[in-house]
Amino acid sequence: MRKNTLKLATLILGYAFLYIPIFTLIVFSFNSSKQVVVWAGFSLKWYGELFENTELLNAAWISLRIAFMCATFSVILGTLSALILVKFKRFRGKNLFQTLIMAPLVMPEIITGLAFLLLFVNMERLIGWPASGGITALTIAHTTLAMAYVTSIVYSQLVNFDDILIEAAMDLGASPLKSFFAITLPIITPSLVAGWLLSFVLSLDDVVISSFVAGPQSTTLPMVVYSSVKYGLTPQINALATIIISFIALCIIIAAILHARHQKMVNQN
Amino acid sequence: MAQKNSKFSPTFDRILQNKWIGRNLLVGIPYFWIIVFFLIPFAIVLQISFSEVVEGMPPYKPLLEWVTDKFLHVHLNLHNYIMLFTDDIYGFAFWQSIKLASICTSFCLLIGYPMAYYMARSSERMQPLLLLLVMLPFWSSFLLRVYAWMGILGNGGIINTILLSWGIIDQPVSLLYNDFAVALGMIYCYLPFMILPLYATLVKLDMSLLEAASDLGCQPFKVFLSITLPLSKTGVISGCILVFIPSMGEFVIPELLGGSESFMLGKLIWTEFFNNRDWPVASAVAIVMIILMIVPLIFVQRFHTQEKS
Repeated sequence: MRKNTLKLATLILGYAFLYIPIFTLIVFSFNSSKQVVVWAGFSLKWYGELFENTELLNAAWISLRIAFMCATFSVILGTLSALILVKFKRFRGKNLFQTLIMAPLVMPEIITGLAFLLLFVNMERLIGWPASGGITALTIAHTTLAMAYVTSIVYSQLVNFDDILIEAAMDLGASPLKSFFAITLPIITPSLVAGWLLSFVLSLDDVVISSFVAGPQSTTLPMVVYSSVKYGLTPQINALATIIISFIALCIIIAAILHARHQKMVNQN
Repeated sequence: MAQKNSKFSPTFDRILQNKWIGRNLLVGIPYFWIIVFFLIPFAIVLQISFSEVVEGMPPYKPLLEWVTDKFLHVHLNLHNYIMLFTDDIYGFAFWQSIKLASICTSFCLLIGYPMAYYMARSSERMQPLLLLLVMLPFWSSFLLRVYAWMGILGNGGIINTILLSWGIIDQPVSLLYNDFAVALGMIYCYLPFMILPLYATLVKLDMSLLEAASDLGCQPFKVFLSITLPLSKTGVISGCILVFIPSMGEFVIPELLGGSESFMLGKLIWTEFFNNRDWPVASAVAIVMIILMIVPLIFVQRFHTQEKS
């Protein structure tokens, strides 16, 4: 009995700590007062103002495009890297590859950002590509960070599944490419979806690396948010936060349901 | 026979069948990407950290310069590193960062361990939901979660409004723009990074071991110290690394929640780079930071290989 109370208390307090700040953000986005945390009645006016803020909308459009490209490229490159690490027992420089591919996961963003800017400045001088401060440069930077996450997600699913199916398919005459599309790909699909979504969110959320790499023509959404919250609270940002957080929550819940179904199907077979 | 049926020219067919080429192509694409866009940038940072500041764009002197056609002049300049160890401001920033990152890591462990422990002890039907509830803040915007604390802690913020209206205090307590706010914000943002690896190791723990120990009369606390804790060591270590290293270089949280006195490494690199346009010193700070981070990582690597053997 005492044990259960302790367990319940720990979990409730822990989740309260995680959720109360998010909850306050959402509640005060419906506040009519300009002073964010003084409640003055229900209102949707900040949402209206949000959709008239062209600076913010432009930045959001740039961010969405970068996030889409980043997510797509990082799923391709990350899956390829995970496959190589799992399937090829040894190749020249495997240790170096493994270290480099996972390094962006632990590197503080401020250092990665600095390194990217210095790279793009030098690349533009030497070969003229990519235009520094442009969308291409931002996409490359975000992809390098996000592919590390995709690699680790796909890797952990690949090492857990048996080679026996692949071997059977190959014995029955399937080519490596065919056995990949018929067996490996369906099995790792949930982690590809998770990897795509995570990369999309990471790119959409990044401030530090973008601040180093972006130029005046490619200011992203988080950069606009950052510069406006730096000088205090603005109810428009609460409205934006509510939209973003509900969207992400929806995506995660759908992904979780799909994952549960997939799991059930695998178990039944 | 095979050549007769082939749709393509024999050479092309041979290339397709050549495992060596296909394999190298597969390895080559991500390898090329990670070398060009990750290894080379750090080589450039290393190189610039040894160069001298000059006016102009880019604001540093190249390390290698052809003086005439025959002589390659190497300007290797250690001045930036010497400055880091002699000027107090750099030492202060290093100390601040290590201090705040240690506080953040310890509190994340203190809060995260019991949470992960009880998550792993929950019924199997509850576990996916509990896990999902930890993932959700981890996935939702970092910047906006920091912003939420500005509304809670500020002088006109939620905590002060409540305390004032209850008459507990007459004047707002300053909770925002100090080290306390920075530490709190970092603990809040990095907590999921601690819980997830801890949960992953604790959920795999063999329950029969714990039952055996308590059947033999072992006290619950002793069971925890002698079985649970040692078996979850890998989770503790990876959680601590995932929290400590990024929090050491944290930039956004001290900028938004910290006061002028919270001068951490992230801020230092930012100011040197953008405000002072001193790229070489900013690079030198980054290099020293990487070296500081690699030391614990090597230690962990050693530990892992020892465990395996």
